[in-house]
This record gives sequence, structure tokens and C-alpha cells, in this order.
Amino acid sequence: MITIIVFGLIGLGLLFALMRLIIGPTVADRVVSLDTFNVIVIGIIVMLSFVFERSLYLDIAIIYAILAFLETIVFARYLEGHYGNH
Amino acid sequence: MEIISGVFLIIGGLFYALGGLGIFRMPDTFDRIQAGTKATTLGAFSILIGVAFMFPSWSLKLFLIALFIVLSNPIGSSALAKATYRSFGGPSNVERDDLKEFLGGTKDVD
Repeated sequence: MITIIVFGLIGLGLLFALMRLIIGPTVADRVVSLDTFNVIVIGIIVMLSFVFERSLYLDIAIIYAILAFLETIVFARYLEGHYGNH
Repeated sequence: MEIISGVFLIIGGLFYALGGLGIFRMPDTFDRIQAGTKATTLGAFSILIGVAFMFPSWSLKLFLIALFIVLSNPIGSSALAKATYRSFGGPSNVERDDLKEFLGGTKDVD
């Protein structure tokens, strides 16, 4: 019962972030919402390991956190170099 | 123990939903950075604490995930804010902008 409520709330946040990813006016809004999306997906993986009672899934969450951080930094540098006027 | 775990999990889910709502409703890009990053960091911490109450033997891996989130999320949001400022200009509804004067004289500040 608790897991259904928690998954529903997480899915609500994921849906709002996805809507901002689709309608975002500028590229920066889309990158910001992708950053939020990644943190929410880490929470979903941890909740799945809680439901299935496998601690192996937490390794996937660690790797996903590392890759999400790299992705955010790379997108930020790309945004700065491509659209910057300095 | 199950009740404490459930309370932490529901608080985490609530903060995830509020972070998503903030990133959808906020009017400016910088407001969206602030809302999305801080609320989802607290939500992730709360969910990790809730799972650690239910399975105490997983605490090391959960602590590693929490360490990565607390290291990577502020750095990522700071880099995003700086890239947004340089690409699309500062926020439109502020009275004074110190970063503009700071960036005006020098060529590249990192």
C-alpha cells in the first residue's frame, strides 16, 4: 500500500518534469528538467530494489548517479560554448 | 520500524512530486534550477533513509548513493546556472546584478 502511494507521487513528479522537458522554451530549461529527471530516476531504481528486495539494483543506481552527473556537466559545457557570446 | 520507513518513503515521494511541480510552474530558468535541484535532493535523501530503516544491511551502498547525490547535485546545478547566465543573460526581474559587473572586466572566470 505504501509503495503504491510512493510510486504514484514519484510518477507525478516525473510527469511534471517530462512536460517541462517537452514544452521548455529554451535549451537551458530542457537541460535543467533533464537534471531533475535523472535524480527522480535514481529514486525509482532505489524504490524498485526496495520492492523486489534485491540489493544488486543499488549498484545500478550508483552507476546511474555517476553517468547523470557526467551528462549534466557535459551539457552545461556544451551550452556555454555553443550559445555563449564571450 | 516499518512505520518509520513508510513515513520517510512518503515524505520522499512528496518532495519528488513538489520538485516536479516546481520545475513545471516556476516562471524563470533560474527559479526552475533552484526548485528542481533542492527539492529533489531532499526527496532522494528521504527515500534512501526510508530504505535503510527497512534493510539495515544495505546501509553502505545507500550511503554511497547519498554521497554521490550530495556531491554531484550542487556542482551540476551551479554549472547549469553559470552556463545559462552566459548564454541567455541574467534574470530579468532583479534590481542589481553584481555578476554582470564581475564578468564585465575579465575574459574568463572559472
